[in-house]
Amino acid sequence: MADGAREPLVQVRGLKMHFPITSGLLRRQVGAVKAVDDVSFDILPRETLGMVGESGCGKSTTGRAVLRLYDITAGSIRIEGAEIGSLSQTALRRLRPKMQMVFQDPQASLNPRMTVAAIIGEPLDEHTRWGRRERLDRIYELMDAVGLNRNFANRYPHEFSGGQRQRIGIARALALNPAFIVCDEPIAALDVSIQAQVVNLLEELQERFGLTYLFISHDLSMVRHIATRVAVMYLGKIVELAPREALYADPLHPYSQALLSAVPDPDPSLAEKVERIILTGDVPSPSSPPQGCNFCTRCPQVMPVCREIEPETREVSHGRFVACHLHDATHDPTGGRTPGTRQEPNQQGVTR
Amino acid sequence: MTEIPRPITEKEPHAVAGPKPFTPDEAMRPPRSQWLDVWDQFKTHNGAMAGMIVFLGIVLFVAVGPWLWTADPGFINIRARNQGMSWTYPLGTDQLGRDMLARMMHGGRVSVAVGLTAMFVGLAIGTLIGVVAGYFRRLDGPLMRLTDLFLALPLLPLLLVMVLLFREVLSKNFGEATGIFILIVTAIGITSWMQTARIVRGDVLALKEREFVLAARSIGTPPGRMTTRHILPNVMSPIMVSATLGIAAAIITESALSFLGLGFPPDFPTWGRLLFDGRDWIEQYPSRVVWPGVFISLTVLSVNFIGDGLRDALDPRIRGR
Repeated sequence: MADGAREPLVQVRGLKMHFPITSGLLRRQVGAVKAVDDVSFDILPRETLGMVGESGCGKSTTGRAVLRLYDITAGSIRIEGAEIGSLSQTALRRLRPKMQMVFQDPQASLNPRMTVAAIIGEPLDEHTRWGRRERLDRIYELMDAVGLNRNFANRYPHEFSGGQRQRIGIARALALNPAFIVCDEPIAALDVSIQAQVVNLLEELQERFGLTYLFISHDLSMVRHIATRVAVMYLGKIVELAPREALYADPLHPYSQALLSAVPDPDPSLAEKVERIILTGDVPSPSSPPQGCNFCTRCPQVMPVCREIEPETREVSHGRFVACHLHDATHDPTGGRTPGTRQEPNQQGVTR
Repeated sequence: MTEIPRPITEKEPHAVAGPKPFTPDEAMRPPRSQWLDVWDQFKTHNGAMAGMIVFLGIVLFVAVGPWLWTADPGFINIRARNQGMSWTYPLGTDQLGRDMLARMMHGGRVSVAVGLTAMFVGLAIGTLIGVVAGYFRRLDGPLMRLTDLFLALPLLPLLLVMVLLFREVLSKNFGEATGIFILIVTAIGITSWMQTARIVRGDVLALKEREFVLAARSIGTPPGRMTTRHILPNVMSPIMVSATLGIAAAIITESALSFLGLGFPPDFPTWGRLLFDGRDWIEQYPSRVVWPGVFISLTVLSVNFIGDGLRDALDPRIRGR
């Protein structure tokens, strides 16, 4: 994409995940929750794409849809060049080892009736024909890799602390040597001290095994620490996608600006000076998003055009994508002009 | 209780995070079979152990007993009728002079066998339908309506029709006793699975939204193994409970059928039959009712306790506590 040198490992185009709303006796569909609505991004090998946004904006759904844990409504997902968007679950099974997931709640993501060895060994049972000895060796190896004592192999998840449980989850995700791991808020349910441990572990494993992450989080500082590029989501859409430094230094989209201004500053004297952008109102319902730009109901810099036309994602500078009329060359930022006549490619930058 | 330093068992030594003491010999110990843990926990449940001993006693009584006490349960000795306990007739005799002990043993065979088998049949159907309905959304509606249908059917008339229709055929093919046994077990089985199915479906619906099921899906576990590995072990508790209740219900239903003359033939003793036969004599000879009643209750109670213990033992969160 941005640098043509490397082929993206994961390529998502126009991903839509709508959940039907049914009502009445015949369960007829009366609408849809547009949890993810037309999302496109690329992830390069060995990089970490951070995905941030407030609760309910569709981050987790995107992560799960990319791994095809849901049957997606529309769009294309390519992993290592193989299209998986439209594959059946049976056909997907063979590709599962390449892509794995680390879940948000380590308590809920481990079967309470299985021992650690059984949990970590489950992917091996499903995808290898290894013998008992070989399997056990691999389990021990994985436990070493994530920093779990081998003695814990016979224990059950409830006997562990949150951080240790998350390590078990990570070991399970690593079992089949995946290339791509979706980390769905892996640190949200952990103590601050444990968060750092887990994030460092993830970084270390990335270096060791050459992993590629989609790191979903609402912790902006943590994303800044781990991600190479960051995508900001709002109401099912990516509003801004940029390299980490650029985004944190100079957010372009008004929503990114508001989001970043909410990050607390450790220096109290400095924190007082900083002017916070405080958004008013609530996030609109994803079942009936506003006309035009999704953010137009809360945007501090809203213009008439925002209420009519949905902004397209465009590359404003190298590797920076933003979906906002403020950064649209065809519109006057001060607001008067109506619809863009020029047809922009509806991709991040140029279509391949 | 909480403050007393517990003896360090194989589970506890260093459960807490932090720098972990490393014991090499322990590290090389391969994962232990879950069933050993289950048995260890089961042994600590006093009620369950007592229940197990009683139940094994009953099973021995009805299975081995007839070999040791060789009296013929059908032998009529009209001169020795209505006798009390004695060395010749430890449990007395009935109104036709038949030996009650022998009748209890033979009757118990049938009753326990019917109870256990019918429970398993009912449980298997109920669990299967519950899991399928809960797991596959598409089948949920039809299967649950089927369950409602069965719940709404009046059971006794249904059983009557079944017995009338199939009794002859089955007796002809399998011999009288086996034929009726099969008939009764199937009849009770297919009329008692509905509660289990409903309970299991409810639990499966809740379980399948849990993240570990999603995790298994991301691994690529197919639906079959998903249910056996992740869903079924986690719905064990309600299944256990309805199983233990199912045995009692099956024994009672069998008695009711025999009483109506639709189960086993009148000269064929079962506990339910003995109970109903003794009913007419309850004022003169209460022991005639008490013995079968006690045995039915003991069976049900002991199975209940076993189920209770098993349920606890199968839950790793309770285990080791």
